[in-house]
Amino acid sequence: MSMEFIKPNINIDFIGRRKAALFVSGALILLTILLLIVRGGPNYGVDFAGGILIQVRFNHPTTPDEIRAALAPIALEDSIIQEFEEKGRLEYLIRVNRTDIELSGLSDKAESSLGSVFGQENVEVRRVEMVGPKVGKDLREKALFAIFYALLFMVIYISGRFEHKWTMSIIMAASLALGVYIISALGMSIIWLIGVAMFIAFGLCWFLRLQYALGAIVALFHDVCLTIGAFALTNREVTLPIVAALLTIVGYSLNDTIVIFDRIRENHRRSRGRNFDQVINQSINETLSRTILTSATTLIVVIALLILGGGVIHDFAFALSVGIVAGTYSTIYVASPILLIWEGQSREGGVATVKRRGRGG
Amino acid sequence: MSKSLRWRGILVLIVVVVALVYLTPSISKTLPPWWPSILPEDKIHLGLDLKGGMHLVLEVQAQKAVESHLEGMVEDIKYGLRKAKIRYEQLKTSGSDRIGLTLIRGEDRRAVEGMVADNFPDLTVESGSFVGGDLKLELVLSQRAQQHIKRMAVDQAVETITNRIDQFGVAEPDIRPQGRDRILVQLPGIKDPQRAIDIIGKTARLEFKLVDEENSLEEALKGNIPPGDEILYEIKGMPGSQTRIPFLLKKRAALTGEYLTDARVMIDSQFSEPYVSLSFDSRGARLFERITAANIKKRLAIVLDDVVNSAPVIQDRIPGGRAQITGRFTMEEARDLAIVLRAGALPAPVKVIEERTVGPSLGKDSIDKGLKSMIIGGLIVILFMVFYYRVAGILADVALLLNIVFIAAGLAMFGATLTLPGIAGIILTIGMAVDANVLVFERIREELRLGKTPRAAVDGGYSKALVTILDANITTLIAALVLFQFGTGPVKGFAVTLSIGIVASLFTAVFVTRVIFDYLIIERGMSKISI
Repeated sequence: MSMEFIKPNINIDFIGRRKAALFVSGALILLTILLLIVRGGPNYGVDFAGGILIQVRFNHPTTPDEIRAALAPIALEDSIIQEFEEKGRLEYLIRVNRTDIELSGLSDKAESSLGSVFGQENVEVRRVEMVGPKVGKDLREKALFAIFYALLFMVIYISGRFEHKWTMSIIMAASLALGVYIISALGMSIIWLIGVAMFIAFGLCWFLRLQYALGAIVALFHDVCLTIGAFALTNREVTLPIVAALLTIVGYSLNDTIVIFDRIRENHRRSRGRNFDQVINQSINETLSRTILTSATTLIVVIALLILGGGVIHDFAFALSVGIVAGTYSTIYVASPILLIWEGQSREGGVATVKRRGRGG
Repeated sequence: MSKSLRWRGILVLIVVVVALVYLTPSISKTLPPWWPSILPEDKIHLGLDLKGGMHLVLEVQAQKAVESHLEGMVEDIKYGLRKAKIRYEQLKTSGSDRIGLTLIRGEDRRAVEGMVADNFPDLTVESGSFVGGDLKLELVLSQRAQQHIKRMAVDQAVETITNRIDQFGVAEPDIRPQGRDRILVQLPGIKDPQRAIDIIGKTARLEFKLVDEENSLEEALKGNIPPGDEILYEIKGMPGSQTRIPFLLKKRAALTGEYLTDARVMIDSQFSEPYVSLSFDSRGARLFERITAANIKKRLAIVLDDVVNSAPVIQDRIPGGRAQITGRFTMEEARDLAIVLRAGALPAPVKVIEERTVGPSLGKDSIDKGLKSMIIGGLIVILFMVFYYRVAGILADVALLLNIVFIAAGLAMFGATLTLPGIAGIILTIGMAVDANVLVFERIREELRLGKTPRAAVDGGYSKALVTILDANITTLIAALVLFQFGTGPVKGFAVTLSIGIVASLFTAVFVTRVIFDYLIIERGMSKISI
């Protein structure tokens, strides 16, 4: 007898609960946006904001206040000092946010200041990251374009693949590129750029009635948004590896969504008169076992990384964990219900979509 | 055995063997002597975040190179004007790309234009405005010449820095231009990052300048600096209690570091203090001899990067082209100074705009922790798959292990660099690689539930899951490829392992497991699938 967590004949009414789920998701996204507004944007790390990060290990216990006092002679007492445990020993991250001062050579000064207070042999500088303001700006731009291009290619792929409308996906790509070109010509910030790109993507999907693409993009937005929200909530910094993690989440979330969408299309072709919402519900239930298994195995390894990976990789693993949970949830409760968006409308609209899909499948 | 199955089996074997061959140099400590001549011997490169070391991005202030080029042109033009007997009121650089020339006789304009056209093709004569009877001209350096000087400055800086690092002694340094005016320097395993930065970043412009003893230093300090002079300082004492001694010097260097052939550390026999001994080439030696002969009892300042090192009195004519730089050097400082002087001056100052240093102990910790997470996370997944899918789970685990082997071999084969996020990428792939098998196995279970035979169920399961698996992996691959394009260092490492992992998992999870399934069902006549 084979092992089963999910019985084959399971039939949970996911779609029936879509209003409650959309409410929860909407509230969480709203909360993230509010949090970001209150905090004045995401908490950028040295990579993007510029500044210095020094990771130090001391031979005997100290306190952040003592460290701050030791840094006072070189006017770095306003640094952010964060304590964490590594192999049972306390280590500290000293973060200098200022970019108005000469940054090169500063870490050396910090090291000798700490050395003169705590004793040279008791201080070990394990990592230094210094990013000048110009480089920070460059990296911000690069990250922005990475996110944008990832989005662009995926939108093209999904609309082409699922709707079999490659012309439309090209229209989509061109509009996005144009929109972003205009925005960047106006010199707007990274957040605005991505916001506008998302808005254009949503708008086009809506206008062109690309329901699968719309569902996938909304789910993507949802997952990335919640991950950024979790970062803002826990005061974590957004750095280069975190952007990499966000893009991975985008890929993972789509991966999950596509599996269910494939099943929905397959079942829809054979559905013969059954309501679309029933088809969707059946598809989610059929793939539920796979959804949970894959999320579980991926989550297992990422949590192993979160617990055992050490300080440098900790936030990266945290981002992936949040993203995977959000991605699994959004596939079932966000992406799939959105397919019903035009279903409740006039009959003709519904028939039209069925016809279109029939041709495509 | 069926023909298609045999061929597929052979293909799997070949791929596994090739992967193992590529992997061997990274795993085994010693290779047999015949190995490197016929087989690949590249190990997996570790990134700076795992090996420890320093990543620097320098910005070459190339505009400064343009300015000093203009300064040099001023001297040449002066010579040209004198030869053509053109009288002028003033000749000096103005702004960053032009030289201002005030002529006493307006009719000399034609002559200046002719001289510039003949001897200085990069300059154009612009705007002639009369200032109180004098004609003011501007000689503008063309954009093309400026770009060329800047590009040369960056290239030369890369070469000089490479020389310095070679002499400093770092294994496997990586120094290359980046963008228009930046240089990327990667120094693995460096022990003393600050010292390396000092060596790399020092402009090391060595100049010998005569002290102006005809004009008063006091007057000059009040702001009345005589034309052609400048004030530079000597810095004495330890940091914290430094004193700055001013010198009034002739701006034009009598001799520069260009003529150096060697610089080495010597020990003063009297005070047993280290100093740097300089040797000039024959041209430099002749110049030095002439200068010293003409200026006996005067002071000659040795200036390094606009700081006066010392200003000894010239006792006698000095033939042979030797000089020395003394000072309160430690042995290390003297050695570093000799290195930078030997390697030559940077054509323009550089500025460190990005620095990332990872200590060797942290790098080692990161590897240990990364491997530990990988082993523990991987083991749980492996046990879980066996527990859930029984025999089929074992197949998925074989695929998973092969996948890890392929990723490692891929890294060695493409000469890619393994970074800490790269290890995270492998770990993530472990989690996601079983996905393809989960998709297939769930489909096979569904088919079995419909009452199909094992063979039909396996056929149906694989073919139905395949489209979905391809779709799902392509999106992740898109994300990985975009990351690869934009990422730097560590992030790029993540993108590489993720990409290789996705492609490898398609092969292992879809192709390899299918071969084993077919073997079990067709060849062994397995009538029930344990799934």
